[in-house]
Amino acid sequence: MAASDAYITGVGQSEVGMRLTRHPLLLTVDAVKEALADAGLTIGQIDGVSSYPGKMPSYLGFSPVGADELVDALGIRATWYAGGGEITSQLGAVVAAVGAIRTGQARHIICFRTVYEAAALARPEEFPPIQRKRVEGSAQWTAPFNAISASIWIAQYAMRHVKRYGMTREQLAQIALTDRANAAVNPRALVREPLTLDQYMASRMITTPLCLFDCDRYTDASTVLIVSAGDALDEVTATPIRIAAMAGTVERHSWDQAEWVAAYPTGADLWKRTDYKPSDVDTVQLYDGFSFNVITWLEGLGFCDIGEGGRFIEGGSRIARDGELPLNTFGGQIGAGRLHGFGFAHESVVQLRGAGGARQIPGDPRLAVATSGGGPLATALLLARD
Amino acid sequence: MATPPRPLPRLDRDNRAFWTGGAEGELRIMRCRDCAAFIHPPRPICRVCLSENVAPEAVPGTGVVDTFSVNHQAWYPGLEVPFVVARVALDDAPGVFLTTNIIGCPPESVDIGDQVRVTFLQQEDIYLPLFEKMS
Repeated sequence: MAASDAYITGVGQSEVGMRLTRHPLLLTVDAVKEALADAGLTIGQIDGVSSYPGKMPSYLGFSPVGADELVDALGIRATWYAGGGEITSQLGAVVAAVGAIRTGQARHIICFRTVYEAAALARPEEFPPIQRKRVEGSAQWTAPFNAISASIWIAQYAMRHVKRYGMTREQLAQIALTDRANAAVNPRALVREPLTLDQYMASRMITTPLCLFDCDRYTDASTVLIVSAGDALDEVTATPIRIAAMAGTVERHSWDQAEWVAAYPTGADLWKRTDYKPSDVDTVQLYDGFSFNVITWLEGLGFCDIGEGGRFIEGGSRIARDGELPLNTFGGQIGAGRLHGFGFAHESVVQLRGAGGARQIPGDPRLAVATSGGGPLATALLLARD
Repeated sequence: MATPPRPLPRLDRDNRAFWTGGAEGELRIMRCRDCAAFIHPPRPICRVCLSENVAPEAVPGTGVVDTFSVNHQAWYPGLEVPFVVARVALDDAPGVFLTTNIIGCPPESVDIGDQVRVTFLQQEDIYLPLFEKMS
C-alpha cells in the first residue's frame, strides 16, 4: 500500500425505489451514514465532498442535491469539494476526488450521486418539468429531429453493430437477462423478477434495435463512495479497495459527430496506466443505461475485438455470476435501477470484499473494472483488493 | 390531431447560417478558408488549424446514411411513430454528420448506405434539413 494511492474505504446506498417521498437530501444522508459505518469513519473525519453533476435547478429530478448542500447539512469542514457535470461522466466525480486526495487537499472524501427522476416525474407540481421555448447547446443538433432520448443516440451505434458485425437481438438480450437474473438476488434491486428470452423478444421496440428491456428506468436513490488517502487507512476498519488506475475521455461535444463512443478510447487508456491486463480481471461492472453500452465497454476495454461483443456474450454463460467474466452482479441499471454510474463502483467494492451474499461471485476476486458513461463521455476505474 | 411542433433551436450567431440556409435552398456548413476543413457544429474557429478565417459554405446537400434507428416510442403527446432517425454523412464535407429524419419512404426501407438528398422543412424561422432517399 502506497501512501500516495487512493482507496475506496466505504460504500453506502439509500433505499432504492420509484416515486419515493423521502426528501432527496435525506436519501443522500442515508447513503452517507451507511458508507461511514461501513468504513468505520465518523462525519467529523470527512474533509471533502464530490458529486456528479452538481445540483440542477432546471431539472431537479436528475440531480436534486448539491455538494455544497451536503457540506452544509452535515456540518462538514471541507478543505476541498466539487460538483459538476462537465466531467468525464458520473464516476468522474471519483476521479476528481482521487486528484484531491493524491495532492493532499483532503483525506476522506464523500462522493455521491443522488437521483430522483421517478419522484420528480410523478410530482410535477413539486418538480416542474423543463420549460424551454427553444433548444440550445448540443441538444439542438438532435431534438429538432425528435431524437430527444439518449436511447435514440445509442441506437445509432447499436444499429451499426447489427448491420456491420451481425449483432443479433438474441445476443444483445443477454445483457438484460444477466442483469435481471442478478437483480433477482439483490435485495435492494429495483426490479426483482427475472426476465426470460421469450419476454425479451416479445417486448415492444423503443427505437431499433433497442426494446423496452434494453433501457434502464427512472429511479430514486442515492449512492455514496468514500475515497480515502493511503496514509489515512489506519483510521478505517473496512477492507480498503485500491483505485489502481483511472481513465476518462470526452468525445465530440455533439454525440453524432463521434465515430465511436468514448468507451473505446477510455478503455484503451485504462490499460496504459497499469501493469494489470484484461485477463487479470475477476468481474466487470459496466455502465448499462442501455444494454448496448455494455457491448461498447467490453470491446473498448479489450475483452474482445471491436464488433465481437455480441458473439462474446452469446448464450450468457461467460458473463453469468459463475462465468469467466461475471457482469453487473448487482443487476446493473437495467435490473438494480438507474443509480447513474455510481452503482458499478459500489458493486465492485462489494464483490472484491466478498460481501455479495447471494450474489457473490465464486473464488477470491481481487480485481474489478467499474465504468460509467455511454456516449461522448466515459470513465473507467480499475479497482483492486491488495 | 395536428402534428405537434418540433423542438426548435434557438438561433445564435454561430448556428444561424445552418438553421436558416434552407430559406435559399442551401445546406450551409461552417468551413475554414485556410485549411478547407469543415467545422460542425459551427464555431468561430477551425478545429483543425485554429484559424478564425471561417465562414458558412453551401454543400451539395446529398449524403449517405451512416447509421439509423426506427423510433417507435411517442416521446410526447401527438408525436407520430414510427419514424426514422438517421446519421447522414454529407457528401463533399468530410467528417460532418447530421442527425436527421429520413422521410418520404416506409421506415423499414431505410438502410445503411442509402443515398439521400436534403429537403427543408420550415417551422417558424427554422429550416430543418430532412433527407429523402434518392432512388
